[in-house]
Amino acid sequence: MNLKGRKICAGKAEGEAIVSEQGISFYGGVDPDTGIVVEKGHDLEGKSIAGKILIFPQGKGSTVGSYTMYRLKKNNKAPLAIINKECETIVAVGAIISEIPCIDKIDITQIKNGQKLKVDAENGIVEVNG
Amino acid sequence: MELTNEEQEMLAGKQGNAVKKSMEILVALGEIFGAKRLIDVASVQVAGVSYHNLGDAGLEFLEELAKDGKVKVLTTLNPAGMDLENWQNLGISPEFAEKQKKVIEAFEKLGIVTTCTCTPYFIGNLPRFREHIAWSESSAVAFSNSVIGAFTNKEGGPSALAAALTGKTPEYGLHLEENRQAQVLVKVNAKLEGTRDFGALGYAVGKKIGNKIPLIKGIQKANIEELKTFSASIATYGGTGLYHIEGITPAKTITPKEEILIVEQEIEDAKKALNDAAEGEIDLVAVGCPHCSIKELQKIAQLLDGKKVKKETWICVARPVKSIADKMGYSKIIEESGAKFACDTCMAVAPLKGRFKALATDSAKGCFYGRGSNSFKTKFCTLEECIKEATE
Repeated sequence: MNLKGRKICAGKAEGEAIVSEQGISFYGGVDPDTGIVVEKGHDLEGKSIAGKILIFPQGKGSTVGSYTMYRLKKNNKAPLAIINKECETIVAVGAIISEIPCIDKIDITQIKNGQKLKVDAENGIVEVNG
Repeated sequence: MELTNEEQEMLAGKQGNAVKKSMEILVALGEIFGAKRLIDVASVQVAGVSYHNLGDAGLEFLEELAKDGKVKVLTTLNPAGMDLENWQNLGISPEFAEKQKKVIEAFEKLGIVTTCTCTPYFIGNLPRFREHIAWSESSAVAFSNSVIGAFTNKEGGPSALAAALTGKTPEYGLHLEENRQAQVLVKVNAKLEGTRDFGALGYAVGKKIGNKIPLIKGIQKANIEELKTFSASIATYGGTGLYHIEGITPAKTITPKEEILIVEQEIEDAKKALNDAAEGEIDLVAVGCPHCSIKELQKIAQLLDGKKVKKETWICVARPVKSIADKMGYSKIIEESGAKFACDTCMAVAPLKGRFKALATDSAKGCFYGRGSNSFKTKFCTLEECIKEATE
Protein backbone atom coordinates (compact mmCIF):
# COMPACT_ATOMS: atom_id res chain seq x y z
CA MET A 1 0.00 0.00 0.00
CA ASN A 2 1.25 3.48 -0.88
CA LEU A 3 0.19 6.59 1.02
CA LYS A 4 0.67 10.03 -0.52
CA GLY A 5 1.35 13.18 1.47
CA ARG A 6 3.31 16.42 1.37
CA LYS A 7 7.06 16.87 1.69
CA ILE A 8 8.20 18.86 4.73
CA CYS A 9 11.86 17.83 4.65
CA ALA A 10 13.37 15.77 1.82
CA GLY A 11 15.21 12.47 2.28
CA LYS A 12 14.68 8.71 2.19
CA ALA A 13 14.37 6.17 4.98
CA GLU A 14 13.42 2.56 5.52
CA GLY A 15 12.47 1.06 8.86
CA GLU A 16 9.92 -0.03 11.41
CA ALA A 17 6.93 2.12 12.36
CA ILE A 18 6.31 3.36 15.90
CA VAL A 19 2.86 4.91 16.07
CA SER A 20 1.37 7.35 18.57
CA GLU A 21 -2.20 8.60 18.59
CA GLN A 22 -1.15 11.64 20.61
CA GLY A 23 0.73 14.88 20.01
CA ILE A 24 4.41 14.86 20.92
CA SER A 25 6.25 17.61 22.76
CA PHE A 26 9.93 17.02 22.05
CA TYR A 27 11.02 19.59 24.64
CA GLY A 28 10.36 17.99 28.01
CA GLY A 29 8.54 15.04 26.44
CA VAL A 30 11.47 13.13 24.89
CA ASP A 31 14.86 12.55 26.53
CA PRO A 32 17.42 13.97 24.05
CA ASP A 33 20.17 11.62 25.28
CA THR A 34 18.25 8.34 25.00
CA GLY A 35 15.39 8.95 22.55
CA ILE A 36 12.93 7.64 25.14
CA VAL A 37 9.51 9.29 25.52
CA VAL A 38 9.25 10.55 29.10
CA GLU A 39 5.97 12.49 29.07
CA LYS A 40 3.77 11.12 31.88
CA GLY A 41 0.70 9.31 30.57
CA HIS A 42 1.79 9.49 26.90
CA ASP A 43 0.93 6.41 24.84
CA LEU A 44 4.64 6.03 24.00
CA GLU A 45 5.88 6.68 27.57
CA GLY A 46 8.98 4.56 28.24
CA LYS A 47 9.42 3.62 24.55
CA SER A 48 12.36 4.68 22.37
CA ILE A 49 11.78 6.51 19.08
CA ALA A 50 15.45 6.13 18.07
CA GLY A 51 16.07 4.45 14.72
CA LYS A 52 12.34 4.04 14.01
CA ILE A 53 9.95 5.78 11.66
CA LEU A 54 7.88 7.90 14.00
CA ILE A 55 4.21 8.43 13.23
CA PHE A 56 2.06 10.86 15.24
CA PRO A 57 -0.69 13.41 14.54
CA GLN A 58 1.28 16.59 15.22
CA GLY A 59 3.79 18.35 17.44
CA LYS A 60 2.90 20.39 20.53
CA GLY A 61 4.54 22.33 23.34
CA SER A 62 7.54 24.65 23.46
CA THR A 63 9.32 25.82 20.32
CA VAL A 64 12.58 24.73 22.00
CA GLY A 65 11.45 21.27 20.85
CA SER A 66 13.10 21.90 17.45
CA TYR A 67 16.47 22.01 19.21
CA THR A 68 15.61 18.84 21.14
CA MET A 69 15.15 17.07 17.77
CA TYR A 70 18.56 18.37 16.71
CA ARG A 71 20.07 17.04 19.95
CA LEU A 72 18.48 13.62 19.29
CA LYS A 73 20.03 13.56 15.82
CA LYS A 74 23.49 14.49 17.12
CA ASN A 75 23.19 11.78 19.79
CA ASN A 76 22.18 9.20 17.14
CA LYS A 77 18.84 8.80 18.89
CA ALA A 78 16.60 10.51 16.34
CA PRO A 79 13.84 8.77 14.41
CA LEU A 80 14.79 7.76 10.83
CA ALA A 81 11.82 9.72 9.49
CA ILE A 82 8.71 11.48 10.79
CA ILE A 83 5.19 11.15 9.43
CA ASN A 84 2.51 13.54 10.68
CA LYS A 85 -1.17 13.99 10.06
CA GLU A 86 -0.66 17.76 10.16
CA CYS A 87 2.84 19.15 10.64
CA GLU A 88 3.30 22.35 12.67
CA THR A 89 6.21 24.77 13.16
CA ILE A 90 8.15 22.97 15.88
CA VAL A 91 8.44 19.60 14.13
CA ALA A 92 8.90 21.14 10.64
CA VAL A 93 11.78 23.33 11.80
CA GLY A 94 13.25 20.52 13.91
CA ALA A 95 13.18 18.11 10.94
CA ILE A 96 14.85 20.63 8.62
CA ILE A 97 17.68 21.63 10.95
CA SER A 98 18.25 17.97 11.91
CA GLU A 99 17.87 16.64 8.35
CA ILE A 100 15.21 14.11 9.32
CA PRO A 101 12.97 13.19 6.34
CA CYS A 102 9.44 14.37 7.12
CA ILE A 103 6.05 14.06 5.42
CA ASP A 104 2.62 15.26 6.48
CA LYS A 105 -1.00 15.11 5.25
CA ILE A 106 -0.94 11.31 5.60
CA ASP A 107 -3.86 9.26 6.90
CA ILE A 108 -1.83 7.88 9.79
CA THR A 109 -4.61 5.52 10.94
CA GLN A 110 -3.54 3.31 7.99
CA ILE A 111 -0.18 2.61 9.66
CA LYS A 112 0.24 0.10 12.48
CA ASN A 113 3.00 -0.31 15.04
CA GLY A 114 5.87 -2.52 13.82
CA GLN A 115 5.00 -2.37 10.11
CA LYS A 116 7.92 -2.00 7.70
CA LEU A 117 7.86 1.35 5.92
CA LYS A 118 9.72 2.95 3.02
CA VAL A 119 9.66 6.74 3.07
CA ASP A 120 10.45 8.90 0.04
CA ALA A 121 9.94 12.38 1.46
CA GLU A 122 10.91 14.27 -1.69
CA ASN A 123 7.88 12.75 -3.46
CA GLY A 124 5.74 12.56 -0.31
CA ILE A 125 5.32 8.78 -0.55
CA VAL A 126 5.09 6.23 2.28
CA GLU A 127 5.20 2.58 1.21
CA VAL A 128 3.62 0.26 3.80
CA ASN A 129 4.64 -3.40 3.78
CA GLY A 130 3.37 -6.27 5.92
CA MET B 1 5.00 29.81 -2.71
CA GLU B 2 6.51 32.14 -5.30
CA LEU B 3 10.14 33.06 -4.81
CA THR B 4 12.05 35.89 -6.49
CA ASN B 5 15.21 35.07 -8.43
CA GLU B 6 17.33 36.23 -5.53
CA GLU B 7 15.36 34.09 -3.07
CA GLN B 8 15.75 31.06 -5.31
CA GLU B 9 19.49 31.62 -5.38
CA MET B 10 19.54 31.90 -1.59
CA LEU B 11 17.67 28.59 -1.38
CA ALA B 12 20.13 27.00 -3.80
CA GLY B 13 23.03 27.92 -1.55
CA LYS B 14 24.58 30.82 -3.49
CA GLN B 15 24.84 32.88 -0.30
CA GLY B 16 26.30 30.07 1.75
CA ASN B 17 25.06 27.29 3.99
CA ALA B 18 23.50 29.36 6.79
CA VAL B 19 21.33 31.26 4.31
CA LYS B 20 20.43 28.01 2.50
CA LYS B 21 19.33 26.31 5.73
CA SER B 22 17.39 29.44 6.71
CA MET B 23 15.57 29.57 3.38
CA GLU B 24 14.66 25.88 3.72
CA ILE B 25 13.04 26.65 7.08
CA LEU B 26 11.18 29.72 5.77
CA VAL B 27 9.95 27.98 2.61
CA ALA B 28 8.75 24.91 4.55
CA LEU B 29 6.85 27.13 7.01
CA GLY B 30 5.44 29.18 4.15
CA GLU B 31 4.16 26.02 2.45
CA ILE B 32 2.66 24.63 5.66
CA PHE B 33 0.78 27.84 6.42
CA GLY B 34 -0.17 28.66 2.83
CA ALA B 35 1.97 31.81 2.40
CA LYS B 36 2.09 33.19 -1.14
CA ARG B 37 5.47 34.88 -0.78
CA LEU B 38 8.24 36.01 1.53
CA ILE B 39 8.24 39.57 2.89
CA ASP B 40 11.02 41.73 4.32
CA VAL B 41 11.25 42.15 8.09
CA ALA B 42 12.69 45.18 9.90
CA SER B 43 13.92 43.44 13.02
CA VAL B 44 14.20 40.08 14.77
CA GLN B 45 14.10 38.90 18.38
CA VAL B 46 15.68 35.46 18.92
CA ALA B 47 14.64 33.10 21.73
CA GLY B 48 16.39 29.85 22.67
CA VAL B 49 19.45 31.39 24.30
CA SER B 50 19.80 29.54 27.60
CA TYR B 51 22.33 26.71 27.44
CA HIS B 52 19.94 24.91 29.80
CA ASN B 53 17.53 24.49 26.85
CA LEU B 54 19.99 24.31 23.95
CA GLY B 55 22.42 21.71 25.27
CA ASP B 56 25.61 20.85 23.38
CA ALA B 57 23.72 20.01 20.19
CA GLY B 58 22.01 23.41 20.11
CA LEU B 59 25.35 25.09 20.69
CA GLU B 60 26.83 23.06 17.84
CA PHE B 61 23.95 24.11 15.56
CA LEU B 62 24.61 27.80 16.33
CA GLU B 63 28.36 27.42 15.80
CA GLU B 64 27.68 25.71 12.47
CA LEU B 65 25.45 28.63 11.38
CA ALA B 66 28.05 31.15 12.56
CA LYS B 67 30.64 29.68 10.18
CA ASP B 68 29.23 31.63 7.24
CA GLY B 69 26.06 33.33 8.53
CA LYS B 70 25.52 37.04 9.28
CA VAL B 71 22.23 38.66 10.22
CA LYS B 72 20.78 41.05 7.64
CA VAL B 73 18.56 43.09 10.01
CA LEU B 74 18.70 44.39 13.59
CA THR B 75 18.53 41.28 15.77
CA THR B 76 18.40 41.09 19.57
CA LEU B 77 18.48 38.16 22.00
CA ASN B 78 16.21 36.73 24.67
CA PRO B 79 17.49 36.18 28.23
CA ALA B 80 20.33 33.70 28.73
CA GLY B 81 20.64 31.13 31.52
CA MET B 82 22.73 33.47 33.66
CA ASP B 83 23.97 37.01 34.26
CA LEU B 84 26.82 37.12 31.74
CA GLU B 85 29.09 39.19 33.99
CA ASN B 86 27.93 38.49 37.49
CA TRP B 87 26.98 34.80 37.25
CA GLN B 88 28.97 33.67 40.28
CA ASN B 89 26.95 35.96 42.54
CA LEU B 90 23.79 34.11 41.39
CA GLY B 91 25.20 30.67 42.21
CA ILE B 92 25.73 29.44 38.62
CA SER B 93 28.32 26.66 38.14
CA PRO B 94 31.54 27.41 36.20
CA GLU B 95 30.77 24.52 33.81
CA PHE B 96 27.39 25.99 32.89
CA ALA B 97 28.91 29.48 32.61
CA GLU B 98 31.55 28.31 30.16
CA LYS B 99 28.97 26.71 27.86
CA GLN B 100 26.61 29.68 28.13
CA LYS B 101 29.43 32.03 27.12
CA LYS B 102 30.10 29.90 24.03
CA VAL B 103 26.44 30.19 23.04
CA ILE B 104 26.67 33.99 23.32
CA GLU B 105 29.91 34.03 21.31
CA ALA B 106 28.20 32.15 18.48
CA PHE B 107 25.33 34.66 18.48
CA GLU B 108 27.84 37.53 18.48
CA LYS B 109 29.64 36.01 15.52
CA LEU B 110 26.32 35.98 13.69
CA GLY B 111 26.15 39.74 14.20
CA ILE B 112 23.36 39.64 16.79
CA VAL B 113 23.20 42.36 19.47
CA THR B 114 23.74 40.25 22.58
CA THR B 115 21.82 42.34 25.09
CA CYS B 116 19.87 39.40 26.46
CA THR B 117 16.39 40.57 27.35
CA CYS B 118 12.71 39.74 26.90
CA THR B 119 12.03 43.51 26.63
CA PRO B 120 13.92 44.39 23.41
CA TYR B 121 11.63 47.43 23.05
CA PHE B 122 13.38 48.98 26.10
CA ILE B 123 16.88 48.68 24.65
CA GLY B 124 16.69 49.90 21.08
CA ASN B 125 14.79 47.22 19.19
CA LEU B 126 11.58 49.22 18.86
CA PRO B 127 9.47 48.57 15.75
CA ARG B 128 6.96 51.09 14.48
CA PHE B 129 3.21 50.75 13.96
CA ARG B 130 2.40 48.25 11.15
CA GLU B 131 6.04 47.35 10.58
CA HIS B 132 6.70 43.67 9.73
CA ILE B 133 9.07 41.98 12.16
CA ALA B 134 9.91 38.36 13.11
CA TRP B 135 10.03 37.99 16.86
CA SER B 136 10.07 35.07 19.23
CA GLU B 137 9.45 35.36 23.01
CA SER B 138 5.69 35.19 23.51
CA SER B 139 5.47 38.23 25.83
CA ALA B 140 7.43 40.44 23.42
CA VAL B 141 5.34 39.17 20.49
CA ALA B 142 2.09 40.07 22.27
CA PHE B 143 3.52 43.46 23.33
CA SER B 144 4.81 44.41 19.87
CA ASN B 145 1.67 43.24 18.03
CA SER B 146 -0.76 44.78 20.50
CA VAL B 147 0.76 47.78 22.28
CA ILE B 148 2.96 48.96 19.38
CA GLY B 149 0.87 47.57 16.53
CA ALA B 150 3.78 45.95 14.67
CA PHE B 151 3.10 42.75 12.65
CA THR B 152 4.72 39.48 13.77
CA ASN B 153 3.86 35.82 14.12
CA LYS B 154 4.98 33.92 17.22
CA GLU B 155 8.32 32.66 15.99
CA GLY B 156 10.37 29.89 17.55
CA GLY B 157 14.12 30.24 18.08
CA PRO B 158 15.26 28.67 14.77
CA SER B 159 12.58 30.33 12.61
CA ALA B 160 13.49 33.73 14.08
CA LEU B 161 17.17 33.02 13.33
CA ALA B 162 16.21 32.06 9.78
CA ALA B 163 14.42 35.42 9.40
CA ALA B 164 17.46 37.25 10.78
CA LEU B 165 19.90 35.55 8.40
CA THR B 166 17.75 36.29 5.33
CA GLY B 167 15.86 39.44 6.39
CA LYS B 168 12.65 37.67 5.36
CA THR B 169 9.64 35.79 6.70
CA PRO B 170 6.74 33.99 5.01
CA GLU B 171 3.60 36.13 4.72
CA TYR B 172 0.90 34.35 6.71
CA GLY B 173 -0.94 34.60 10.02
CA LEU B 174 -0.55 37.89 11.86
CA HIS B 175 1.33 39.47 8.92
CA LEU B 176 -2.02 39.72 7.14
CA GLU B 177 -4.51 42.41 8.16
CA GLU B 178 -7.52 40.07 7.88
CA ASN B 179 -6.07 37.73 10.51
CA ARG B 180 -5.57 40.55 13.03
CA GLN B 181 -9.24 41.26 13.72
CA ALA B 182 -10.68 40.53 17.16
CA GLN B 183 -12.51 37.19 17.48
CA VAL B 184 -14.08 37.62 20.89
CA LEU B 185 -15.32 40.63 22.85
CA VAL B 186 -14.17 40.65 26.47
CA LYS B 187 -16.00 43.05 28.80
CA VAL B 188 -14.04 43.67 31.98
CA ASN B 189 -15.92 44.82 35.04
CA ALA B 190 -13.20 45.01 37.68
CA LYS B 191 -10.87 47.54 39.26
CA LEU B 192 -7.32 46.96 38.09
CA GLU B 193 -4.15 48.57 39.31
CA GLY B 194 -0.52 47.46 39.21
CA THR B 195 1.36 44.58 37.63
CA ARG B 196 -0.21 41.89 39.82
CA ASP B 197 -3.77 42.87 38.84
CA PHE B 198 -2.93 42.99 35.13
CA GLY B 199 -1.14 39.64 35.40
CA ALA B 200 -4.27 38.21 37.02
CA LEU B 201 -6.39 39.68 34.20
CA GLY B 202 -4.14 37.98 31.62
CA TYR B 203 -4.61 34.69 33.46
CA ALA B 204 -8.41 35.06 33.69
CA VAL B 205 -8.85 36.13 30.04
CA GLY B 206 -6.28 33.67 28.66
CA LYS B 207 -7.87 30.68 30.45
CA LYS B 208 -11.29 31.67 29.09
CA ILE B 209 -10.52 32.44 25.44
CA GLY B 210 -7.44 30.31 24.67
CA ASN B 211 -5.57 31.65 21.63
CA LYS B 212 -8.43 33.75 20.20
CA ILE B 213 -7.73 37.45 19.59
CA PRO B 214 -9.74 39.52 22.09
CA LEU B 215 -11.13 43.04 21.95
CA ILE B 216 -11.11 44.07 25.60
CA LYS B 217 -13.45 46.80 26.81
CA GLY B 218 -13.77 48.38 30.23
CA ILE B 219 -10.14 49.19 31.03
CA GLN B 220 -9.86 52.89 31.82
CA LYS B 221 -6.07 53.14 32.01
CA ALA B 222 -2.99 50.95 31.77
CA ASN B 223 0.66 51.99 31.83
CA ILE B 224 3.54 50.33 29.94
CA GLU B 225 4.55 48.18 32.92
CA GLU B 226 1.00 46.88 33.31
CA LEU B 227 0.71 46.16 29.57
CA LYS B 228 4.11 44.43 29.60
CA THR B 229 3.01 42.01 32.32
CA PHE B 230 -0.47 41.58 30.78
CA SER B 231 1.18 40.63 27.45
CA ALA B 232 3.27 37.98 29.20
CA SER B 233 0.34 36.59 31.15
CA ILE B 234 -2.25 36.37 28.35
CA ALA B 235 0.34 34.73 26.06
CA THR B 236 1.31 32.21 28.76
CA TYR B 237 -2.17 31.22 29.95
CA GLY B 238 -4.07 31.65 26.69
CA GLY B 239 -1.64 31.63 23.77
CA THR B 240 -2.69 34.62 21.70
CA GLY B 241 0.02 36.74 20.09
CA LEU B 242 -2.30 39.75 19.73
CA TYR B 243 -4.97 41.56 21.74
CA HIS B 244 -6.85 44.83 21.40
CA ILE B 245 -7.85 47.09 24.29
CA GLU B 246 -10.39 49.79 23.47
CA GLY B 247 -8.92 53.26 23.93
CA ILE B 248 -5.41 51.93 24.66
CA THR B 249 -3.99 49.85 21.79
CA PRO B 250 -3.62 51.54 18.37
CA ALA B 251 -5.01 49.10 15.80
CA LYS B 252 -8.54 49.21 14.41
CA THR B 253 -10.63 46.06 14.70
CA ILE B 254 -14.16 44.87 14.12
CA THR B 255 -16.29 44.21 17.21
CA PRO B 256 -16.93 40.45 17.37
CA LYS B 257 -20.33 38.96 18.16
CA GLU B 258 -19.06 36.41 20.68
CA GLU B 259 -18.93 38.10 24.05
CA ILE B 260 -17.67 37.17 27.50
CA LEU B 261 -17.61 39.00 30.79
CA ILE B 262 -14.78 39.15 33.34
CA VAL B 263 -15.87 40.24 36.81
CA GLU B 264 -13.95 41.20 39.96
CA GLN B 265 -14.37 37.71 41.44
CA GLU B 266 -12.51 36.12 38.51
CA ILE B 267 -9.55 38.44 39.06
CA GLU B 268 -9.56 37.40 42.73
CA ASP B 269 -9.81 33.71 41.73
CA ALA B 270 -6.82 34.13 39.38
CA LYS B 271 -4.75 35.60 42.21
CA LYS B 272 -5.71 32.67 44.45
CA ALA B 273 -4.96 30.10 41.75
CA LEU B 274 -1.34 31.28 41.56
CA ASN B 275 -0.86 31.17 45.34
CA ASP B 276 0.07 27.80 46.79
CA ALA B 277 3.09 28.60 48.96
CA ALA B 278 2.57 28.18 52.69
CA GLU B 279 3.30 30.95 55.20
CA GLY B 280 7.06 31.19 55.85
CA GLU B 281 7.96 28.92 52.94
CA ILE B 282 9.26 31.59 50.50
CA ASP B 283 13.03 31.39 49.93
CA LEU B 284 13.28 33.27 46.60
CA VAL B 285 11.82 36.65 45.70
CA ALA B 286 12.10 37.66 42.05
CA VAL B 287 10.70 40.60 40.13
CA GLY B 288 11.21 41.65 36.53
CA CYS B 289 9.32 39.06 34.45
CA PRO B 290 9.26 40.53 31.82
CA HIS B 291 12.42 42.52 32.62
CA CYS B 292 12.01 45.68 34.75
CA SER B 293 11.58 49.14 33.26
CA ILE B 294 13.60 52.06 34.67
CA LYS B 295 10.40 53.21 36.41
CA GLU B 296 10.12 49.86 38.18
CA LEU B 297 13.78 50.05 39.27
CA GLN B 298 13.12 53.52 40.70
CA LYS B 299 10.15 52.15 42.65
CA ILE B 300 12.10 49.12 43.90
CA ALA B 301 14.93 51.40 45.09
CA GLN B 302 12.41 53.54 47.00
CA LEU B 303 10.91 50.45 48.63
CA LEU B 304 14.31 48.97 49.55
CA ASP B 305 15.94 52.21 50.73
CA GLY B 306 17.59 51.66 54.13
CA LYS B 307 16.32 48.08 54.42
CA LYS B 308 18.08 44.69 54.25
CA VAL B 309 16.72 41.66 52.43
CA LYS B 310 16.58 38.40 54.41
CA LYS B 311 15.91 36.12 51.44
CA GLU B 312 17.54 35.58 48.07
CA THR B 313 16.12 38.47 46.01
CA TRP B 314 16.52 38.87 42.25
CA ILE B 315 15.81 42.00 40.25
CA CYS B 316 15.69 40.81 36.62
CA VAL B 317 16.54 43.46 34.06
CA ALA B 318 18.25 44.21 30.76
CA ARG B 319 21.79 45.39 31.36
CA PRO B 320 21.36 48.74 29.48
CA VAL B 321 18.33 49.57 31.68
CA LYS B 322 20.35 48.78 34.81
CA SER B 323 23.07 51.17 33.60
CA ILE B 324 20.50 53.99 33.77
CA ALA B 325 19.74 52.93 37.35
CA ASP B 326 23.51 52.97 38.07
CA LYS B 327 23.68 56.58 36.97
CA MET B 328 20.65 57.56 39.05
CA GLY B 329 21.94 55.85 42.22
CA TYR B 330 19.05 53.33 42.31
CA SER B 331 21.43 50.40 41.80
CA LYS B 332 23.51 51.38 44.82
CA ILE B 333 20.42 51.45 47.05
CA ILE B 334 19.20 48.10 45.70
CA GLU B 335 22.57 46.39 46.06
CA GLU B 336 23.18 47.80 49.56
CA SER B 337 19.96 46.10 50.65
CA GLY B 338 21.48 42.76 49.65
CA ALA B 339 19.11 42.28 46.68
CA LYS B 340 20.88 41.06 43.55
CA PHE B 341 20.57 42.23 39.99
CA ALA B 342 20.02 39.41 37.54
CA CYS B 343 20.94 41.08 34.26
CA ASP B 344 20.70 39.16 30.94
CA THR B 345 18.64 36.43 32.64
CA CYS B 346 15.62 35.76 34.85
CA MET B 347 14.12 33.22 37.24
CA ALA B 348 12.32 31.49 34.33
CA VAL B 349 15.41 30.53 32.27
CA ALA B 350 18.22 30.22 34.85
CA PRO B 351 18.94 26.64 36.05
CA LEU B 352 17.30 26.99 39.48
CA LYS B 353 15.58 23.64 39.98
CA GLY B 354 16.32 22.19 43.39
CA ARG B 355 17.91 25.38 44.73
CA PHE B 356 14.72 26.94 46.10
CA LYS B 357 11.38 25.76 47.44
CA ALA B 358 9.01 28.67 46.92
CA LEU B 359 9.01 31.83 44.81
CA ALA B 360 7.32 35.17 45.53
CA THR B 361 6.82 37.33 42.43
CA ASP B 362 4.52 39.96 40.95
CA SER B 363 4.55 38.11 37.61
CA ALA B 364 1.79 35.67 36.62
CA LYS B 365 4.07 34.30 33.89
CA GLY B 366 6.86 33.92 36.45
CA CYS B 367 4.52 31.74 38.54
CA PHE B 368 3.88 29.46 35.53
CA TYR B 369 7.56 28.82 34.85
CA GLY B 370 8.43 28.70 38.54
CA ARG B 371 5.90 25.91 38.96
CA GLY B 372 6.53 24.09 35.69
CA SER B 373 10.24 24.03 34.96
CA ASN B 374 11.45 24.50 38.54
CA SER B 375 8.75 22.78 40.64
CA PHE B 376 8.54 25.79 43.01
CA LYS B 377 5.51 26.70 45.01
CA THR B 378 4.49 30.29 44.31
CA LYS B 379 3.19 33.39 46.03
CA PHE B 380 1.67 35.86 43.59
CA CYS B 381 1.71 39.35 45.07
CA THR B 382 2.12 43.06 44.32
CA LEU B 383 5.55 44.60 43.83
CA GLU B 384 5.25 46.24 47.28
CA GLU B 385 4.37 42.89 48.88
CA CYS B 386 7.30 41.21 47.11
CA ILE B 387 9.74 43.68 48.64
CA LYS B 388 8.03 43.29 52.03
CA GLU B 389 8.36 39.50 51.71
CA ALA B 390 12.08 39.91 50.94
CA THR B 391 12.83 42.21 53.87
CA GLU B 392 10.76 40.58 56.62
